[in-house]
Amino acid sequence: MSKLTFKGGVHPYDGKELTKDVATRKINPKGEVVIPTSQHIGAPATPMVKIGDRVLKGQKIAEATGFVSANIHSSVSGTVKKIEPRLVTNGTKVMSIVIENDELYEEIKYENKNILEICDKQALKEAIREAVKEAGLVGLGGACFPTHVKLSPKDESAIDYVIVNAAECEPYITADYRRMIENPKELIEGLDIILKLFDNAKGVIAIEDNKPDVIDNLAKLTANYENIEVKALKTKYPQGSERHIIYAVTGRKINSKKLPADAGCIVDNVDTVYNVYRAVKEGKPLTERIVTVSGDGIKNPCNLIVPFGTSHSQVIEEAGGMDENVEKIISGGPMMGQALFNTDVPVMKGSSSLLAFMHDEVKAAKMTNCLNCGMCVKVCPEGLVCAKLAQAAHLNDKEMFLRYNGMECIECGTCNYVCPARRNITQSVRTMKRAIIADRKKG
Amino acid sequence: MYYVSSSPHVKAKLTTNRIMIDVIIAMIPAALFGIINAGMLFGSFYSFRAFLLIMVCVGSCVLSEYVYNRIIKRQQTIDDFSAVVTGMILALNLPVTFPIWMTVIGSVFAIIVVKQLFGGLGQNFMNPALGARCFLVLSFAKQMTAFVPEKVAAVDGVSSATPLTALKNGANPDLLTMFIGNHSGTIGETSVIALLIGALYLSVRKIIDLRIPLTYIVSFAILIVLFSGNGFDAEFLLKHLCGGGLIFGAFFMATDYSTSPITVSGKYIYGICLGFLTAIFRTFGNTAEGVSFAIIFCNLLVPLIENITIPKAFGLEKE
Repeated sequence: MSKLTFKGGVHPYDGKELTKDVATRKINPKGEVVIPTSQHIGAPATPMVKIGDRVLKGQKIAEATGFVSANIHSSVSGTVKKIEPRLVTNGTKVMSIVIENDELYEEIKYENKNILEICDKQALKEAIREAVKEAGLVGLGGACFPTHVKLSPKDESAIDYVIVNAAECEPYITADYRRMIENPKELIEGLDIILKLFDNAKGVIAIEDNKPDVIDNLAKLTANYENIEVKALKTKYPQGSERHIIYAVTGRKINSKKLPADAGCIVDNVDTVYNVYRAVKEGKPLTERIVTVSGDGIKNPCNLIVPFGTSHSQVIEEAGGMDENVEKIISGGPMMGQALFNTDVPVMKGSSSLLAFMHDEVKAAKMTNCLNCGMCVKVCPEGLVCAKLAQAAHLNDKEMFLRYNGMECIECGTCNYVCPARRNITQSVRTMKRAIIADRKKG
Repeated sequence: MYYVSSSPHVKAKLTTNRIMIDVIIAMIPAALFGIINAGMLFGSFYSFRAFLLIMVCVGSCVLSEYVYNRIIKRQQTIDDFSAVVTGMILALNLPVTFPIWMTVIGSVFAIIVVKQLFGGLGQNFMNPALGARCFLVLSFAKQMTAFVPEKVAAVDGVSSATPLTALKNGANPDLLTMFIGNHSGTIGETSVIALLIGALYLSVRKIIDLRIPLTYIVSFAILIVLFSGNGFDAEFLLKHLCGGGLIFGAFFMATDYSTSPITVSGKYIYGICLGFLTAIFRTFGNTAEGVSFAIIFCNLLVPLIENITIPKAFGLEKE
């Protein structure tokens, strides 16, 4: 049988063997904890605490502002020291609640509402959505879209697939892999809970075939669930892209103007589904996540369970520290992650990994003129003519950019990765997309 | 302080530089064959001369690029080796008797006029080596077709006609000779086998996309069957494929990145245009050859072809 996949894509060095066999270890933040109020797509949350308040671990400290937003909870117990803009991973300053950690880790009492015992179908669905919303759950694959919004499509009967995105196609990151190794039952139960929302849907756990152990184990554990299936995907970047995992699993295609729900799909990352389980079964909010700390600049590459608000510097220390000659530090994967100029930024909901490299390939690359070689065209998962889009961006020719379907770019970086002329195609296209979106908002 | 840049932060191995080196490597079998062939046909002096022409072409191409960049105060680009590629292609397109000073003019024309004035690497609208070759054919027609040295021709009575010309004039050149390439012609175009070895290398290294050369050759063959008046004559057809610059042109010049369409469907259209023009030029034209002019003419069509072959993006196919 041919493997489920899409057309295009690349195979960068995956570096996963550095951390895949290292079991997760929980760390506790030291000193102040910085919790930004905007860790998700949508409106920033509104702080509910004042300076001087004592807060407990798990306590809601900022409330979702409107529907497309997410609650924020404290990850430690302590005193609110400041509420001020603080630097975050993307280089901007975001209103943050700074908590002086008393290192007691006193937790609030989580209420187990026994949601799953609710008999009325509609009431059960409402309760599940409410629990997910209350827990401040967002897509933990990196996009951080509020999960309760995803779980509330216009027409829930039209949903026939709930896909657990377990591709983890970004090199180096093994956070989802560890989750599947360490909490497979909770993951499956989480998926089962989501399936309760969609009467016509079946669940698919889609995993790249470089994780055969996980595929086998999950297949065994799901054998008793008749509406859950485990599917192997071809290992290829960017297999975990939402549009491409939908295509691989269902053969349906969506474009930038459509949502997965338009193709009858709900796609959630592994860790998100696991946290749906925690939110619904245990009433626990999202206050921590697995962060893969890796790269050749890190002394002991590992997977850590990091409470939000912990500084990246401390995460590096917990991994044995890093070499003093490290050239580049990345929050996220090497293909789509953000380079950090300062490690004094907090771990947030979307921080899937922290990588430190001794050698920055971007700095070392020597750019030449575009050769028009078309290698970008061959690998683009979106079927775009990337070189022409970059050209349109350089000429600031919006009409040409749109004619070449520039807005369809998912910014996966695949074109940029293969470009022999070492041109920053993704950056150019990304910039142009932003400019056009800004124009549309204005006009 | 750490380096900050936009994602992605990793790069594949292949670089511009390495591509150019691969193209140079791929032309070495044809170049070596050309050097040996000239010696075997006309005496060892001509082996040396073939070698000298290649060196002069490469040298003057690289030097022109260097000087041009210096004069207009641009960053030096000779280390990308694209000028070496241009020099080699041009040299392999010249007859072994070609005067040195004309070779230098051709090289300067290729680099300065066709390549650098339009912005250098990747910006030229026409293959620099072919642009120069056509310039030389028009300027120095006699020297460009002097495939056999006068002295040798006078003494040995060797026919100065290439097999393709002989074919056009109704003669019957030997197919195996044409395939191996031990006959007169430009330095690098004669040996089909040497060229195919190079093409195979480029294809294995994924430097060239076989869509263009294969579409070119197939459509050329179909048109020759239709128009040459010989009908489907396998031997005649194979001789056409092995003769002249077709194989060299199809695999090494039509595949030039900057002067061929970047879109997939565009590559097919481009290949068909090439086959069509080459067949017309060869069948109805004044001379036996047609590849160079077909390619530079189609080079001019590339922006138009690209414009009408913008692919539908993922998920937009049905709209």
